[in-house]
Amino acid sequence: MAASATGNAAVSIVSLRGVGKTFGTGTLALDGLDLDVRAGEFLSLLGPSGCGKSTALRIMAGLSEPSRGSVTWQAGDARRDIGFVFQEPTLMPWATVFANVFLPLKLAGRDKTAEAPHVMETLTRVGLAEFAQAYPRELSGGMRMRVSIARALVTAPRILLMDEPFAALDEITRFKLNDDLVALWRELRMTVVFVTHSVFESVYLSERIVVMTGRPGRVSSELLIDAPNRDARFRTSAEYAGYCRLASEALAKAMGTPAGAAA
Amino acid sequence: MNERLLRIVAPMAVLALGIVAWDLIVRVNDIPPYILPGPLLVLSTLISDWSILWSSLLATLATTVEGLLLAVLGGIGLAILFNQSRLVEHSLYPYAVILQVTPVVAIAPLLLIYLPQQAAVLACAWIVAFFPVLANTTLGLNSVDHNLVDLFRLYGASRWQVLWDLKLPAAQPQMLAGIKIAGGLSLIGAVVAEIAAGSAGAGSGLAYRIAESGYRLNIPRMFAALLLLSVTGIVIFALLSWLTQLALRRWHESAITRET
Repeated sequence: MAASATGNAAVSIVSLRGVGKTFGTGTLALDGLDLDVRAGEFLSLLGPSGCGKSTALRIMAGLSEPSRGSVTWQAGDARRDIGFVFQEPTLMPWATVFANVFLPLKLAGRDKTAEAPHVMETLTRVGLAEFAQAYPRELSGGMRMRVSIARALVTAPRILLMDEPFAALDEITRFKLNDDLVALWRELRMTVVFVTHSVFESVYLSERIVVMTGRPGRVSSELLIDAPNRDARFRTSAEYAGYCRLASEALAKAMGTPAGAAA
Repeated sequence: MNERLLRIVAPMAVLALGIVAWDLIVRVNDIPPYILPGPLLVLSTLISDWSILWSSLLATLATTVEGLLLAVLGGIGLAILFNQSRLVEHSLYPYAVILQVTPVVAIAPLLLIYLPQQAAVLACAWIVAFFPVLANTTLGLNSVDHNLVDLFRLYGASRWQVLWDLKLPAAQPQMLAGIKIAGGLSLIGAVVAEIAAGSAGAGSGLAYRIAESGYRLNIPRMFAALLLLSVTGIVIFALLSWLTQLALRRWHESAITRET
């Protein structure tokens, strides 16, 4: 499974070269960041809070302009093919679940009646079909995040960018959404870039983890997770624990603290 | 249920007590009606003078509603314009504030010189009513969730789509709060202008009736007209509150009844 994404032939869907970002306040968020996102892979950006991983994601999405360096997309139009999931569900509270998921299509000028089956299909995918007419405030935090994911998926993007989407959820909900996300990634064969500060989450989800250092943010090390099955058994396996230790050590090194302190 | 009943019964009881006390004071002290009429006399005046009061009420109501509509249109329109262009906002906002802080009582006589009477009264109602709509809508348009703004940008939304599908719906609660305030203020503006116009010798609204009745020492009719004005204010407020509730009940915290 991992070989398909990490093999020699894998093409980069987007490449960041020497990307730097200095904010107006003078904060140096990123400096000399080199990163390749390979087509079809599940990549996690792991790093301490404030290491610029979210900034890197926003630059990829085109929501933020890099101060230095270049962002190159493989195909010219791939930039339009992005799904983005924010840390908060970021739903329109005045609109129903259906209207929230339909939004990206609406903004693209699509017809509501014609797209209704497709929107419902996407809602079914995240298990929320019967909540189409509910309003966001009537849903739990986990369900709202599912709506947010459905909205990102509705355009069938080639690349899904996720900015610590499950950080605010309880552990049970997070595990469930982790499983669902892995299943969706397998089923839809898309590329996922997942920003997190959780070692365990990144190991569970990813094929490849890029560990980042903070202030200024740049790549510290890289870790391949070569495990075909991501399920409850993997979560309790020695293999998983081993990868978590490796990732923790890499994170500790990136933060310049002794191993163990970071986990 | 008990709580809800109490919310209706308690103020009603206070009203009844007040009316009884008012009646007793008038009777016991034998106060003549040209100083203080009793509640029954006010009521009978309301009925006997109904045709004249009714037409006055309609005149005031028309001014108030027109003033409110213009305030809503002008306030929201100006707020959208401010939101779209910093230059327009910086150029005009100070003057909107000046218009608001200058007491309308002082502006009304001037407007009556330069404008036809009906237009002047309407202008007064508009001047006091449009500012809360403008200020609140501006606040609403400017406090949209920045992540949602990013999301719209990500999907290549046009300026128009951002305004129509994001900013205006997001600003609804503040906008409606502004309109609720504007409803009461529009009535105040109309009354102030009518009183100013009435002393100039013309006019037919309720406030003019109050001024006219005052000159004629027809105190019961003053009270009857005042009662009508007060009821009008209450009805406007209730209608706008209902409208707000209707628009926000599905999604906004302010309009949701929670079970505890």
